[in-house]
Amino acid sequence: MNSTILEAKSISKSFNDPIKVDVLTDVNFTIQKGEFVSLTGKSGCGKSTLLYILSTMDTSYDGSLFIDQIIMPKENEQFLAEIRNKKIGFVFQFHYLLNEFNVLENVMLPGLKLNKYSREEVEHRAMEKLKILDIDKLALKKSFRISGGEKQRVAIARALINDPMIIMGDEPTGNLDKKNGDLVLDIFKELSGSFNQTLLIVTHDPSFAEKTDRIIRMEDGRIIS
Amino acid sequence: MKYKLLVSIAKSLLLARWKQTLVAAVGVTFSITMFITLLGFMSGLNDLLDGLILNRTPHIRLFNDIKPNLNQPINIHPDFTHSHNFISSIKSESNRQAIYNSIAISTRIKNDKRVIGFSPKITAQIFFNEGSVDVTGAINGIDYNEESRLFHFNEYITSGNAEDLDKIANSIVLGKGLAKILLADIGDIVYISTSNGERFQLKVVGIFQSGLGDIDKTQSFASVGTVQKILSKSNSYITEIQIKLNDIGMAPAMAKEYEALFETDAEDIQTANSQFETGSSVRTIISYAVGITLLIVAGFGIYNILNMMIFEKMDSIAILKATGFSGKDVQTIFLMIALSIGLFGGLLGLVFGFGLSSAIDQIPFNTPSLPTVKTYPINYAPIFYTIGIIFSLITTFLAGWFPSRKASKVDPVVIIRGK
Repeated sequence: MNSTILEAKSISKSFNDPIKVDVLTDVNFTIQKGEFVSLTGKSGCGKSTLLYILSTMDTSYDGSLFIDQIIMPKENEQFLAEIRNKKIGFVFQFHYLLNEFNVLENVMLPGLKLNKYSREEVEHRAMEKLKILDIDKLALKKSFRISGGEKQRVAIARALINDPMIIMGDEPTGNLDKKNGDLVLDIFKELSGSFNQTLLIVTHDPSFAEKTDRIIRMEDGRIIS
Repeated sequence: MKYKLLVSIAKSLLLARWKQTLVAAVGVTFSITMFITLLGFMSGLNDLLDGLILNRTPHIRLFNDIKPNLNQPINIHPDFTHSHNFISSIKSESNRQAIYNSIAISTRIKNDKRVIGFSPKITAQIFFNEGSVDVTGAINGIDYNEESRLFHFNEYITSGNAEDLDKIANSIVLGKGLAKILLADIGDIVYISTSNGERFQLKVVGIFQSGLGDIDKTQSFASVGTVQKILSKSNSYITEIQIKLNDIGMAPAMAKEYEALFETDAEDIQTANSQFETGSSVRTIISYAVGITLLIVAGFGIYNILNMMIFEKMDSIAILKATGFSGKDVQTIFLMIALSIGLFGGLLGLVFGFGLSSAIDQIPFNTPSLPTVKTYPINYAPIFYTIGIIFSLITTFLAGWFPSRKASKVDPVVIIRGK
């Protein structure tokens, strides 16, 4: 029943300015459906760089990347945008909500972009996601009027709206206090446990990493375990 | 559906910075207002000035010019038919100035569907005798009704009753400058003598003022019959036929046609008055140049504001791209913002432009040479309004193009990792 969601094949990346620096060297790994994976390592080991390559936003690398067993082209920006919209959900360290919209609209945006369901249906689905995260009361508030922990939860709801194959996080608890950080971790655990959601989270927090199913450790641009 | 979403995002971004948006739109509004007003006013003045000349100038004039015979005897001589002949000191022949067969020509023109109407004219050089002083001048024999209908002669009569030309025998209408020289008023008698030495008495029934001083000082008008009598000619004697056409553009072609058909000289209005068209087009070019300059300045304003907006909204652009909006979508959003500023600013500009034009239209403008004009002339041609809105859209599109391209090129990784 296990199927490969994401596969990295000998991915390398180096900067040439001013001298050649290898950031990633021959990275190989796969992620199966339903896995809750954390990617850890010291600051500067290349874990965030790897995440942005895996997320298709960074296309200047050597090697090949497969998402849902399809190879990702490096040139076709339009196609990659569609992949991100349909198959990947993002949670960043900072929430990146649009201040011009309310909470519900922020969650709905990627869903409306996908254009698979009608507006009413997208709205209904967005409310469901907000309910799962226990923030449905905030739906009609402007997004800059809610607290930091709530914002991060709205960002998670936005990542979930299109039922992505994988959720990627870049230090999603980095900006939060202990209580809210634990809350976000619990949400991830629940998504993984109850909804069989695949997750790939970059973190430097060992206590966070310990609670995930699988830990990928990195050092100097290589995977060490 | 896809565009609906982009429109709603554009709208939100626009309304979030409504003050800046307003400033940008006001810039466009101002320039379109000035563009419309300037063009309306300029072309109103153009029409007025052109009207001064063109309204009373026939589209085609038929006449006999004084010139040498084209078929000089040496060209006909069999010995020299294949040679190039140089003849110096050719003299004009003493042909008569009257148009041959004028009655037949009149009938032919009357039946031509391209012609609105025509009026016959006789021009003669005469002297006005004022005591011991002789004043050189010209007397034009005209058909008052036709001349008024076709060439607005009645509009230039400032006093008296010019209709009396046809009713009172031996009557004359003097130019205002001429009447002043002759110290003549309505009802007075003026004495004239022809180049043959014959003297006549004519009664002044009206004074005209054309707005062109030279004409007013030398010209006078009488009926065709009166002038024929002065010159002792028969009633078929006519020196000129003035024709007005339905389409002024056909004048050059028809002038050639008539020249060949009637064996007279024919001159079209474009050849006779080319300098007026030059003046009009130069004035129009200046108006357009000023209008477009204003629009370009407004365009820079929009460019600035969009650039600032994109700089402020870097985060939003980054997350839109991260969640699946392509660079093209982002570019569309910012182009929509620019174009809606252009559209609303432009439409408002059209309304204000119309208002300002109407206001200028109410300002009194009295000039003695144009008795029919009471206020400043304005041209409300729809073409100016069309050009105005098209220009405003083009300018704002160009002003939005570069910033929106920049927005589409924003690399979300740089923004997101920079935090």
